[in-house]
Amino acid sequence: MMMKPASVAPPAGVIEGYRYVAPSIERNGDAVTIDATGVYYQQLNDAVRDQIAAGAKTITLSGVNGQRYIGCGLRVSGVKVEVQGCAGNDMAMFGDGTEIEVFGNAQDGVGNTMSNGRVVVHGDAGDVLGYGMRGGRVYIKGDVGYRVGIHMKAYEKLVPVLVCGGKARDFFGEYMAGGMLVLLGMNTRDEAQPIAGSFLGAGMHGGVIYVRGTVEPWQCGAEVGITEASEEDLAELRPVIEDYATAMGMDAAEILARPFTRIAPMSHRPYAKLYASM
Amino acid sequence: MQQTFVQPEFRVKIDYDKCHKCGRCVQQCGWGVYDFNERPIPHDEKCRACHRCVTYCPAHCITIEKNTLAFRDNDNWSTDARKAVWKQAETGGVLLTSMGNPRPYERIFDKLVLDACQVTNPSIDPLREPMELRTYLGRKSDSVAVEPNGTGGFKLAGSTGLERNVKLDTPIIFAPMSYGSVSLNVHRSLAMAAERCGILMNTGEGGLHEDLYPYQDNVIVQVASGRFGVSPEYLQRGAAIEIKIGQGAKPGIGGHLPGEKIDREVSSTRMIPQGSDAISPAPHHDIYSIEDLRQLIYALKEASGYKTVGVKIAAVHNVAAIASGIVRAGADYIYLDGFKGGTGAAPQVIRDHIGIPIEIALAAVDQRLRDEGIRNQTSIIAAGSIRSSADAAKAIALGADVVAIGTATLLALGCHLCQSCHTGKCSWGITTQKPELTRRIDPEWGAERLTNLIHAWSHELQEILGALGVNAVESLRGSRERLRSVGLDEQTCRILGVKPAGL
Repeated sequence: MMMKPASVAPPAGVIEGYRYVAPSIERNGDAVTIDATGVYYQQLNDAVRDQIAAGAKTITLSGVNGQRYIGCGLRVSGVKVEVQGCAGNDMAMFGDGTEIEVFGNAQDGVGNTMSNGRVVVHGDAGDVLGYGMRGGRVYIKGDVGYRVGIHMKAYEKLVPVLVCGGKARDFFGEYMAGGMLVLLGMNTRDEAQPIAGSFLGAGMHGGVIYVRGTVEPWQCGAEVGITEASEEDLAELRPVIEDYATAMGMDAAEILARPFTRIAPMSHRPYAKLYASM
Repeated sequence: MQQTFVQPEFRVKIDYDKCHKCGRCVQQCGWGVYDFNERPIPHDEKCRACHRCVTYCPAHCITIEKNTLAFRDNDNWSTDARKAVWKQAETGGVLLTSMGNPRPYERIFDKLVLDACQVTNPSIDPLREPMELRTYLGRKSDSVAVEPNGTGGFKLAGSTGLERNVKLDTPIIFAPMSYGSVSLNVHRSLAMAAERCGILMNTGEGGLHEDLYPYQDNVIVQVASGRFGVSPEYLQRGAAIEIKIGQGAKPGIGGHLPGEKIDREVSSTRMIPQGSDAISPAPHHDIYSIEDLRQLIYALKEASGYKTVGVKIAAVHNVAAIASGIVRAGADYIYLDGFKGGTGAAPQVIRDHIGIPIEIALAAVDQRLRDEGIRNQTSIIAAGSIRSSADAAKAIALGADVVAIGTATLLALGCHLCQSCHTGKCSWGITTQKPELTRRIDPEWGAERLTNLIHAWSHELQEILGALGVNAVESLRGSRERLRSVGLDEQTCRILGVKPAGL
């Protein structure tokens, strides 16, 4: 009997509640439905890649229940993936062009190190969304967790946008180096929470954060300046909000009806004076 | 303005009788030591003793001496300690420095000696016998099966995962040094030499410049906390992917490339804005546990079609338990970096006082993984001041599959260990982005010198294997019985798994 390491080709059978088998697939022209119920992520993602290679343009994943890495490393544009259920960690990680829409919640790491593409989550999401993200758009309808938008960065024409419809926990936009991070505080589960936690924009040295409402200086890192969003700022923000509202089925005018706070770094070189050369 | 208390470390002396007044020294110096007024006039306080001017002076009329200014003797307060206090009282800054730890910690490699064959077990003549230096980086299967190959012989059956191992023609690779910390011409030299030697270079955390795409089969691409230059294409191009957690010279410390070094090329390779600081803090913000590390390892595998994924950590206390977790998280190799390893920039206090020697870490990790029966599931790369083929052989005998060299490669390209990489003014054109300096490294010339170095060390390794009476480097791996210590204490010998000489 030949043993195979689990990471290479897992044996068929039930391990951790998942089956290591190819999922059943229904095709309808270039639209495909993949039944993810109980299927391990490797087989599920293999099936997604195979279907894209075979020309599928719309892929619906039904029965998703925490499978990781959905759309991880996909480098195609013009393909839409619909997720029915709760998407697992690192969805759209290293994504480059693909559109993903989740009808449910998502776990941690949505859009982690994403280069381009568009992710819409009609629910809540977890921690470290958009970590190191350098392009594309991530829209979350509800609340988000800790460390959202850390290290977001812009590069040439790639400017990432991450909009969170609910409230956020600590370290929102920490070490942010580029792009736009928006926090609306609207579709929240917990009205009693402040709109953002502590250390907002700590170490921030690029990009901009817009918060619908106000934050206290003690919530923010020492490196940022806090002002009310001006007309020019809103001109930059408005098209993003309109796009978000369309994706979520919300009213852009209602979102824009309240003043926004703008948080931006005071220096691109926050640590320039920290060191002395020997 | 307040006069500094810190006097120049060196004195630049010019023999004006011999001097051609040609101004070559003025052009060559990246530190701005020289003014020219009918003849070159040095400003001692700017000199780093990098010897660029000395090397290129056509009249050989420049000498650089240590400034022997007398300080009152004090065994407790060294001159360096006094200077550091003065500097900090003047600036209020964290003292920043570069290259490896220069302090006189015990050099364990120098207290280990290798065995040799004598009468009963003959040595092997490496000039006539084949000596196998080839080795493979990556996870080895727990067991293998064979099947008939159709011509009367056998071949490996099915998918064992072994086909994903990365082949190395010699067990020496180039250590990660990012584009940004070193120049693009240094990266080109490393990539060309890696291809010629059948080994690997490593991008470090600065991304992969497109000029290096032709060498992609000989490149490890690194993923660090800043995720600089990391895109799906970057992951596809590497021969292997490395998650950088720690670095031997600065365990627990992140990277920080100052904004003035982020020019257009560095910006487009790192995929970050020009002129902004490139900050990569020590923690990956998506890794707070071994389970999180496993998640990133498998994300990288999913995104790359299940390439070899390794994890680089600094040698620290309790490193064996950490390594065990990393193997169980699915890493195909562990890169262990000892505390004497080099760096482009680190706080001096961290570089000189944090971490443990590679010899100890390596022996502890290899033993722990053997005890747990998982040593085959990973390869070990050892680094952190591998100065010679002897250090390499001793590291392999202590349990390494492969050694990585960084400082030695820069020395091959002209580095004189002036320990000022962080200033970005390297006169040798190595750790700088100034075009007038970077063009001093011709990639073809650099590749030839690096190829020579790897070939020389490989020949020496073959000689060592021959003397030991083994004909494959894999037979030396973890073979501690072939090492003895001279002058190491009993506890250290026990951790190293090495007997004292005479036993």
